[in-house]
Amino acid sequence: MDYLLSEEQIMVRDLARKIAQEKLKPMVKELEEKEEFPWAIMKMLADADLFGVYIDEKYGGMGAGVFELCLVTEELARICGGVAVSYAASALGTDPIILFGSEEQKKKFLPGLASGKRIGAFAVTEPNAGSDAGAIETTAKKDGEYYILNGLKHFITNGGDAEVYVIIALTDKSKGQRGSSAFIVEKGTPGFTFGKKEEKMGIRTSTTRELIFQDCKVPKANLLGKEGLGFIVTMKTFDQSRPGVAAQALGIAQGALDLAVEYSRQRVQFGKPISSFQGIQFMLADMATQVEAARGLVYSVARQIDSGNPKVAKESAMAKLFASDVAMKVATDAVQIYGGYGYMREYPIEKFMRDAKITQIYEGTNQIQRSIIATNLIKEALAASKKK
Amino acid sequence: MNIVICIKQVPDTTDIRINPDDNTLIRAGVVSIINPFDMYAIEEGLRLRDRFEGKVTVVTMGPPQAEAALREAISLGCDQGVLLSDRAFAGSDTLATSYALAMGIKKLGDIDVIICGKQAIDGDTAQVGPGISVWLDMPQATYVKKIEEVKEAKGKKTFRLERMVEEGHEILEIPLPCVLTVVKEINEPRMPSLKGMMRAKKAEIIKWTAEDVKADEKKIGLNGSPTQVVKIFSPPSRVGGQVLHGDPEDVVTKLRELLKGEIN
Repeated sequence: MDYLLSEEQIMVRDLARKIAQEKLKPMVKELEEKEEFPWAIMKMLADADLFGVYIDEKYGGMGAGVFELCLVTEELARICGGVAVSYAASALGTDPIILFGSEEQKKKFLPGLASGKRIGAFAVTEPNAGSDAGAIETTAKKDGEYYILNGLKHFITNGGDAEVYVIIALTDKSKGQRGSSAFIVEKGTPGFTFGKKEEKMGIRTSTTRELIFQDCKVPKANLLGKEGLGFIVTMKTFDQSRPGVAAQALGIAQGALDLAVEYSRQRVQFGKPISSFQGIQFMLADMATQVEAARGLVYSVARQIDSGNPKVAKESAMAKLFASDVAMKVATDAVQIYGGYGYMREYPIEKFMRDAKITQIYEGTNQIQRSIIATNLIKEALAASKKK
Repeated sequence: MNIVICIKQVPDTTDIRINPDDNTLIRAGVVSIINPFDMYAIEEGLRLRDRFEGKVTVVTMGPPQAEAALREAISLGCDQGVLLSDRAFAGSDTLATSYALAMGIKKLGDIDVIICGKQAIDGDTAQVGPGISVWLDMPQATYVKKIEEVKEAKGKKTFRLERMVEEGHEILEIPLPCVLTVVKEINEPRMPSLKGMMRAKKAEIIKWTAEDVKADEKKIGLNGSPTQVVKIFSPPSRVGGQVLHGDPEDVVTKLRELLKGEIN
C-alpha cells in the first residue's frame, strides 16, 4: 500500500532496508548464538546517520520525527527483532532528554546519542515494580550539589552497553508516584554498576541487564525537569516511544509473513507447492491483512505525534497493543506454515515467534495498554457529556 | 591527495534478459547500478582521502541518466561528480571510452591517482583502466588487492602495492600519479549515510561535452572505435540427452548404432 511517504522518508526507509538486507541478514544466526550487544551493526547504523533521524538538527540529528524512527525500526525488525530493539531502546533513553531536558542537558547529551557514538537506555522497571511503575524503590537523596542514588533496576534493554541512562528514582517516598524524579546517569559514574545479564526467550541479539546503584553520586545538573516529575517523564516518554515498539512488532510480523510466503511457494507436498492450497492461502491472506492494518495504525499514530498533538496516550497504546498482537499471531501462523521445519532452529522462522512475544509484554503489557485506552476513552466520554 | 574514480553505470546482472529476436539486452525496466567492482574503487579512494585529505572526484561517461550513479557515489562520500555526456560519444568501444575519460580527467587538472574497478560486469573487458593510463602517459597497476604503504620522499609519493596475478601476488612500487584498477579483495565498501544522501540530492553534477574536454572527434564514438561488434547471439541452449533403458547388451548395441548415425 502507498503510505504517501516523502522523498526523505523513502530515503530513510530504503537505507535502513539496504543495511538490514545486505549487512544484518547474513549476521543474524551468529548474533543469535552469541547473545551479545550487536556492536558491528550498531556501528553501521551510526555511520549511516540513522541514530539521529528523530533528533533536532541543532543537536546533530536529521530533524525528522517518530515516524522516521519507526520506519528504521520496522526495517530492522523485519530481519531481526533483537537488533531493532537495541536501536529503538537507545531512542527510548533519548526521548526523556528531548522532552524534558534543559538546553545544557540537550547540548551535552544529544549530539553523542544522535551520532550513535553513545547508546541510550531508559530504566524504570524493578523486581517489584513492573506494570505498577509507581512501586519503585530506588531512591535519590539530595546531598548538596548531588543526588545519592541507591537501588536496583532490572530487565533494562541496552543495560551495560549503553552509556547514557535515564533513571527514575524516588526523591520523596511519602508522595508515592508524585515523589519520583528522572536523572541522567552516565556509565562510569562511581557507584553505578551492572548486575546479571538475562538469558531470554527471544530478542537474543539485544542485551538486558540489571543496573545497581550503591551510593551513586549524580550531579544535580543531571536532574531532568524538576523533582517530582518522574512519573510524568515516564508516561510522556512511553507515549512517544510506544509507536517504536509497535514498529518493531510490525517489522517482526512483516518479516514472518515474508518468510511464510517464500516458504509456501517452495515447499512441495501432494505434488504441488503448498501455496496452491486454499488452507495455506487463506492463512497468508489473513496474515497480510493484519500486517497492513497494523501498519496503517502505527504510521497514523507516529504521524500524529510528529504533528505536535500532545494527546496521543490512547492512540499510542492502541498501536502498541494491536501491532504486538498481530506480530504474535502472524509469527505463530508463519511457524505453522513451515510445519515441522518451522519448529527447528535451523530454519529462520521460530526466532520470529520468540521475538514477537516480548512486544506484547514490554513498554507496558498489553493489559496495561488496554487500561490506558479504556481510561482515556471514559475520560473523553465524561468531558463530552460535561460540554452538553 | 587529488583522487579520481572512474565508474560505469551498468544493468543489474541479477535482472538481465535478452531479446531473442535481435540478441540485445532488454533495458526497459532493468535497474541500473554502479558497476560492483567500481564500488571497491570508490571505497579505496575515500580511504585514501580520509588518510591524506584532499578530494575525490568521480567521473563517468554515459547517457544523462548516468547522473544517478554519480549521485550515489557522492552519497558514499565522494566530493564531486563529472558526467561526460554527448551524442558524439555514442558507440565508443574501450579505446574511445578510455580516451574520452582521459580527456575529462585532464581537464580536472593535477591528479595524484586514478582508480577504476578491475572490469565492468557488462562488458568484462578490463581495458578501460589500462587505456586511461596510456592516454595520460601514467604508470599503471592492475588487479590491486592492497595499498600497503604510501611513501613520500622529496615531495614525491610512491605506492607500495600488492596486485593479484594468476599464480599468486606481486608486490611492487609505483610512483604517483598513476592509474590503479582494484579487485574486490581490497576492501569492504561502505554503506551510504543519510547526510551523504541529502548532499547527493542537492549536489551539482558537472556535465561536460566532447567539446568541453577538447576531445578529438576522430578518437571518440564510432569513429574512434576500432572494435566492431559484428554479431551478438545467445549460444543455443543444450537440449536434454537421450536415456536408453533395457538390457545392457541391447542398450550397448543401440548406443553403437546411434553413435554411428551421429558420425555419419
